[in-house]
Amino acid sequence: MIRTLPQPRSYSTSFTCYIILFYVFLFAPLVITCILAFNDSNFPSLPWKGFSLDWFLADGPDRIGLFHDRSNLTSIWVSAKTAFWVSILSVTVGTMGAFLFEQEEFRGKQALYFLALTPLVIPGVILGISLLLTANSLGIFFEDRFGLDIELLRPSFWLVVLGQFSFIATFVLLVVSARLKKFDASLEEAALNLGATRRQVIRHITLPFLRPALVGSGAVAFLMSFENFNTTLFLVGSETTLPINLYLQVRDGSTPIINAVSFLLIVSTSTLAVINLIVSKRGEGK
Amino acid sequence: MKTHFRLGLFIFLTPVLLWLLLLIVVPHLELLMMSLQGKDDMGKAVWTFANYRHFFVEKIYWYTFVRTALYAITVTVLTFCVTFPVAFYITKVVSPKFSGFLTILLLMPFWVSELVRVYGWMILLRESGVINHLLVSSGLMDSPVEMLYNDISMLMGLVYTSMLFMVVPLISALEGMDDSLIEAAHDLGASPLTIFFRIIIPYAAPGITSGSIVVFMLALGNYLTPKLMGGKNSLWFTEQIYNEFIASFNWNQGAAFGFLLLALSSVIIWFGLKLSRQELGRALS
Repeated sequence: MIRTLPQPRSYSTSFTCYIILFYVFLFAPLVITCILAFNDSNFPSLPWKGFSLDWFLADGPDRIGLFHDRSNLTSIWVSAKTAFWVSILSVTVGTMGAFLFEQEEFRGKQALYFLALTPLVIPGVILGISLLLTANSLGIFFEDRFGLDIELLRPSFWLVVLGQFSFIATFVLLVVSARLKKFDASLEEAALNLGATRRQVIRHITLPFLRPALVGSGAVAFLMSFENFNTTLFLVGSETTLPINLYLQVRDGSTPIINAVSFLLIVSTSTLAVINLIVSKRGEGK
Repeated sequence: MKTHFRLGLFIFLTPVLLWLLLLIVVPHLELLMMSLQGKDDMGKAVWTFANYRHFFVEKIYWYTFVRTALYAITVTVLTFCVTFPVAFYITKVVSPKFSGFLTILLLMPFWVSELVRVYGWMILLRESGVINHLLVSSGLMDSPVEMLYNDISMLMGLVYTSMLFMVVPLISALEGMDDSLIEAAHDLGASPLTIFFRIIIPYAAPGITSGSIVVFMLALGNYLTPKLMGGKNSLWFTEQIYNEFIASFNWNQGAAFGFLLLALSSVIIWFGLKLSRQELGRALS
């Protein structure tokens, strides 16, 4: 059964085979996508026609590479901006939530905590449409009543940010709460006894302790936002994010330029993942 | 001291309340209200159950709804079956030297956007895809077959995109398990099957519940994978919602569908929690 017990050879061999097959299954689509980004062909398929960087660098007229493709470059920039604001907002509010639920006592705390967890179990599509409906109703209300036309209430950049923030904040809340639970309260008490104010305690003692969780959850929040599709789909305005833009391209037929974008995404997210892992490992070691 | 304490409460409470009220509570009330409204013959907005009646009368909506629910459950079970051996191997079988490396390798693909992963499967499976090319050029097959756009490819895609959310809770549940429990059972003569069902499964139950809840919810609310990998005739319920919102522009009907999907997912998650006697907070963290 397990490594300390004697096991028949057939058991361990077949188990290892299964694991190898599983990892092949896991990586096959990504590896193929990356390889075909460099195929000198007009379609993302075999046969292999030779190595080429055309899908990154070509500047027309037959092929336009990623670095000259205005629409994809713009959507990458929009996604990065969105993810930046979403992670700032989520880390701020999520951390405040963690302090609220871990360190404060008030009536209705359990109910509010339950409410704060629900965004993670509400399907993203539902979050998207309910926010769209509300923004739209509010927009109509302001226009009828005050003759105001508020940009924020139409499908737009900031509506996407709000929609993604609404559930990513819960994720940050959970990560920071878990770290805050491990915090030794006597450190805070000592500082308070020595005359520090609560604000000083949080700034000089609690926040430095939380830093690994803040950085880690901020990075994951960035990624979650960068890749979000379901919620964004209903809230997106004229500024399309990368996943939406890619989706439209995949739906309407594919060119290897999608592979080129995918290759960049795979390489950069893996790098970010490894960095995040090293940082959080070091944080736990403290 | 007392006033200080309350000030802190106020500072922390305000943003959290704003977030939950404005972005979660109010929008979902609005969703419910919109789903209960319609237009009468004069084009005026009125309260009505017509949107829900429409759902129950039109067979296609019903059918899609039930189909989506059953398929999401199937995906959850399949994901468990595929990932449990992997979690067990990493935590209990392989030498501890490799288990860290295998775990990192396991998490890697899930950092990449779901769209990229689905796209990868599309260029592998489609008629002009890589697998067909390899099979035909190696002489195993005479002509390429369409392997994409059917229910099996869709299920596989859904399992693939949600595996992470099952395997991580399973690994952390099994990691906490003391090996001596299994050794003791083995020494006392229990068969591997008995050990599996009487010791390992009960021990991993909390991990199984949290994994299943998240996988189920993600499969139910998925739009991309069914849309890109499923067949033309196999609608997913989220596609119905999208059609009502974007194509037909019938937001009241779409809101009703959305609310039904929300109700379905809440009921099944609640049921799963009751069945395994867990709380939402524990299951998520």
